[in-house]
Amino acid sequence: MNLLSRPGRWETFFWPLLAAALFLAAWHYSVIWTATRVFPSPLNVEAGLAELVRKHVLWGDIVDSLRRVAIGFGSAAVIGIPLGLTLGWYPALNQVLNPVLQILRPISPIAWIPVAIVFFGIGDRAAIFLVFLGAFFPIVVACVSGVSSVPTLFRRTGRNFGLSPTQVLARVVFPAALPQILIGLRIALGIAWLVVVAGEMIAVDSGLGYLVIDSRNSGKRYDLVVAAMLLIGLIGLALDIGFRRLEKIRSVRWGFSHGP
Amino acid sequence: MSTEAVMTPPILDVKLRMEHVGMVFGGDRKGVSVLEDINLDVCDGEFICLVGPSGCGKSTLLNVMGGFLSPTNGSVSIDGQIVHGPDPRRILVFQERAVFPWLTVEGNIGFGLSKMSRAQRDERIAHYVQMMRLQGFEQTYPSDLSGGMKQRLQVARALAVNPDILYLDEPFGALDSITRLIMRGELLRIWQVERRTIIFVTHDIDEAVQLADRVVVLSSRPAKIQDMLTIDVPRPRNISSPRYLELRDELLKKIRRAYTV
Amino acid sequence: MSLFVRLRPVAFIAVLLVTWQVAVYRHPGQLLPGPVGVLRGIGDLLQHGLLLKYVVASLFRVTWGFLLAAAIAIPLGLTIGWYRRAEMAFNPLVQVFRPISPLAWIPIAILWFGVGDLAAIFLIFAGCFFPLLLTASSAVHNIPTVYVHVGRNFGLSTSDFVYRVLYPAVVPQLITGLRITLGIAWLVVVAAEMISVNSGLGFLIIDARNAGNRYDLVIAGMVIVGTIGLLLDLGMRSLERVKSFRWGYSGN
Repeated sequence: MNLLSRPGRWETFFWPLLAAALFLAAWHYSVIWTATRVFPSPLNVEAGLAELVRKHVLWGDIVDSLRRVAIGFGSAAVIGIPLGLTLGWYPALNQVLNPVLQILRPISPIAWIPVAIVFFGIGDRAAIFLVFLGAFFPIVVACVSGVSSVPTLFRRTGRNFGLSPTQVLARVVFPAALPQILIGLRIALGIAWLVVVAGEMIAVDSGLGYLVIDSRNSGKRYDLVVAAMLLIGLIGLALDIGFRRLEKIRSVRWGFSHGP
Repeated sequence: MSTEAVMTPPILDVKLRMEHVGMVFGGDRKGVSVLEDINLDVCDGEFICLVGPSGCGKSTLLNVMGGFLSPTNGSVSIDGQIVHGPDPRRILVFQERAVFPWLTVEGNIGFGLSKMSRAQRDERIAHYVQMMRLQGFEQTYPSDLSGGMKQRLQVARALAVNPDILYLDEPFGALDSITRLIMRGELLRIWQVERRTIIFVTHDIDEAVQLADRVVVLSSRPAKIQDMLTIDVPRPRNISSPRYLELRDELLKKIRRAYTV
Repeated sequence: MSLFVRLRPVAFIAVLLVTWQVAVYRHPGQLLPGPVGVLRGIGDLLQHGLLLKYVVASLFRVTWGFLLAAAIAIPLGLTIGWYRRAEMAFNPLVQVFRPISPLAWIPIAILWFGVGDLAAIFLIFAGCFFPLLLTASSAVHNIPTVYVHVGRNFGLSTSDFVYRVLYPAVVPQLITGLRITLGIAWLVVVAAEMISVNSGLGFLIIDARNAGNRYDLVIAGMVIVGTIGLLLDLGMRSLERVKSFRWGYSGN
């Protein structure tokens, strides 16, 4: 869309590297110029990261966070997808249930912590419950919207070829809605990652979120804080990229336009 | 409507000249050649139709003429000056969805007129509202207009800035055939009142024979100028007259050759 | 829609509430209250003047954080969307920062701003910035190329083009993005208040539990959070429907 000439291939590497370099330089020098004793410079962060790896704590925390995401997200998908498909398929049902969902949705999963603690106590299960809550609503919404945006003529074609309603749902509507459902799942996964980190800052004592808050509380180790944040960002990005790969599989690729 | 026979435009100056124009997309090695060695002279006030099969490159040619694309080879010059980019002196009318949905009919027509005084602009807008038969819809938004009306609006917007050349890229392609017939008549009516050079892309043979002074037949990709046909039937054209049918037949033959080449 | 159909969801909610209340009766002595208890809790808050105070505090922080993020992220996002090189430059940085939960910024927020309003506003800013940035750049990408061609064809200057073509073309998508991001802001403020400030609805929720297991206030707080969040969303949706913006959604 830009009016200038098309960028060359070398530029796909040059510009981001330049931006990253400028960012790191600005960070580094502002730490030096403000003579702060607490806020880490990029080099501090790097050292902190190395320290975490050496102490072997890091791996455990990463696994904990990922495990909670996996279970929470997985259960949200297992429950949310069928529910969403049903609600999308029976608009009358959706009309009845929707207001309840609309009131529950704006309540941050974090706000559920006291309730979660009552049900599950402090620990893993509470965190998983929070992740479940965070992922559940986007998944249901995406499924409902995916099913209702399947053109009626697809459904009619299915019936025309003698399929029963269940078969139409399984063989026509579900594949047609799949691109949208996948997008909803990807977004929900991103949310799950945000929630697990936030939940670990409050309600459990392991995981990357806990690492962030603990590094500060026990010793103002801001180099570890930032190192943990960086890891959180990178792993979240990896999850997102991994999921996008799924979208590239042939049978769903038609629903996505992968632009430049 | 005037009964004067208009066979050739009164002025024979060359308005637009294309010399050895070629267009290759996508870099040198894997490049796709869309246009090859196009040479064309268009006279001032002429009505030219570019005809060819789908995907042959007619739209690309139009974009090159309009300055939206730079040709890989050769040059396009208008009034003797090489074309470097788009310019309000030559407006391109697209097939659809080109009117701005956030502006009313008046707003769209007045889009290119911001440098005029309020009074002049209003007068100009009113003139084209009338000419394109959009009275009563001045304050309407495009979402409430039919397809034919939206195209009339687009043409009105284009004419309002008084361009020398009007490029039309299958402007009636998205309309039903009855509306298309009406629009063709409208276009000719306007062209005979406010004479401009018109370059009109179409895949519809009848449209070309009904509208054009000259029809340029393009080959399939890479497009070259395959053939040319001068329509010497005076306007208004009787589509059942023998001469008309003869010319139509001839054009059909020329196009068949383009398909099999 | 017949009256019956319209009342169905209400009836459903009533059934849920009744089931909930019955479940609470059946298990006396446990912590969670029933709907009646929650209502009493809300009454309690109103009586002590706390409800209004906390709602205002939360809304205040959301407004500031959200508007600041919009003021910076939207112009920046539009620029990134327009200039391919700017996007190339900033995209990796954005992609790494985006998955970091706003709450993970709390230690830094407290370091820079201390415990209090500013820290909470910063967290909301952090939570809104990237979604708005991405919405704006994606809105620019979705401008039909035809509009760009027409703008160039009519010889518009750059500032003219931005004002008369780019901006109107992106407004519908921006408003949708603003609505979604406002929802995010509301989620973040509640979470942020649970950790880093001493007022607001999030604080109410965590404090009511910590200082005496007042679960009736906890759930009352949650209900209010949900209701206000829903109202904010509905408010933004009605903005989407305003006539002069409507054209963006009905297509051309």
